[in-house]
Amino acid sequence: MSRTDVLVDADWVEAHLDDPKVVLVEVDEDVSAYDRGHIQGAVRLDWKTELQDQVRRDFVDKDQFEQLLSQKGIGNDDTVVLYGGNNNWFAAYAYWYFTLYGHADVKLMDGGRKKWELDGRELSDEVPSREKTQYTAQEQDKTIRAFRDEVVDAIGSKNLVDVRSPDEFSGKLSAPAHLPQEQAQVNGHIPTAINIPWSKLANDDGTFKSDDEIRKIYADAGLDTSKPTIAYCRIGERSSHSWFALRELLGEQDVKNYDGSWTEYGSLVGVPVEKDV
Amino acid sequence: MCAAPDQDTLPALEVGKGEAVVHGTVRRGGEGVPGAYVRLLDGTGEFTAEVQTSATGYFRFYAAAGDWTLRALAPGTSVDVAVTAAQGEAVEATVEIPV
Repeated sequence: MSRTDVLVDADWVEAHLDDPKVVLVEVDEDVSAYDRGHIQGAVRLDWKTELQDQVRRDFVDKDQFEQLLSQKGIGNDDTVVLYGGNNNWFAAYAYWYFTLYGHADVKLMDGGRKKWELDGRELSDEVPSREKTQYTAQEQDKTIRAFRDEVVDAIGSKNLVDVRSPDEFSGKLSAPAHLPQEQAQVNGHIPTAINIPWSKLANDDGTFKSDDEIRKIYADAGLDTSKPTIAYCRIGERSSHSWFALRELLGEQDVKNYDGSWTEYGSLVGVPVEKDV
Repeated sequence: MCAAPDQDTLPALEVGKGEAVVHGTVRRGGEGVPGAYVRLLDGTGEFTAEVQTSATGYFRFYAAAGDWTLRALAPGTSVDVAVTAAQGEAVEATVEIPV
């Protein structure tokens, strides 16, 4: 797999706006962003109400995912191109999620909404209507999803990559700095984790740095690529962005995303936690 | 959650004892710039957070005490402004981008 198989730029997207086999999907944390304009033909995916189980903390199951994609008019043989706000955090999360359920051809638009807007490219108000499909998903590919017990076992043996900001890693902040600090769980990080913020991998405009630059960032931070890697953040979307860089761009084989992330780990009873402040 | 709240629907500003708020407006020629991207960088230049300005150009970060850099991005331009936040206070900054 090469970079261009998984990551397309805005020019590629503009050239494929009328390609019937390419489905653009916008995924934002702030779902109202889509209403303020989206790329022509893009459908909206709500990461919270559509990708999460609405009772338990888990994803929608295979049947529900099939219904969702059928409803959205996405077929098994469609090329799905994901993009969104927040430097593509939630689009990367959706990319990981589509991969988890085995979608064959999924790509990320480099830079997401931000790059598109900073380029001054056109946004549309028109909501497309797509014919329903009969989508068939695969069973979840657990080789890319880590659960808490595996994370605890990974302390001191596998690479644990904490992709949050340095202040969240140290325990100074419990959440990103644009949110009120009202969280109740303990602050800190998983022992032996190395802090490689997701943002180091991206340029100001949200695009990924080159493969060589990203490889050097991980090497300089001490990532041992001979070992399996588990990435985590707070709820698993920033770590999807780093998972994408490690597995899809750099081609590392054994990389998992821990979607429970700090909101789960930092609430577990009896597990070790490191705090630097 | 990890991502940015809509800056158009923020609650009224209240600064808790343990908080240090950095907020302000992105302006061009005196007018607020909606939809600009504002990045908050820490004392080492490391990215900490990013929001998109409201319809009036307003942005707000819940940070910690210390030195920060605000970097505003709009098509074709990027402007940095240094700010110092103090615990229990809100520091206000205007980021003026070239006309």
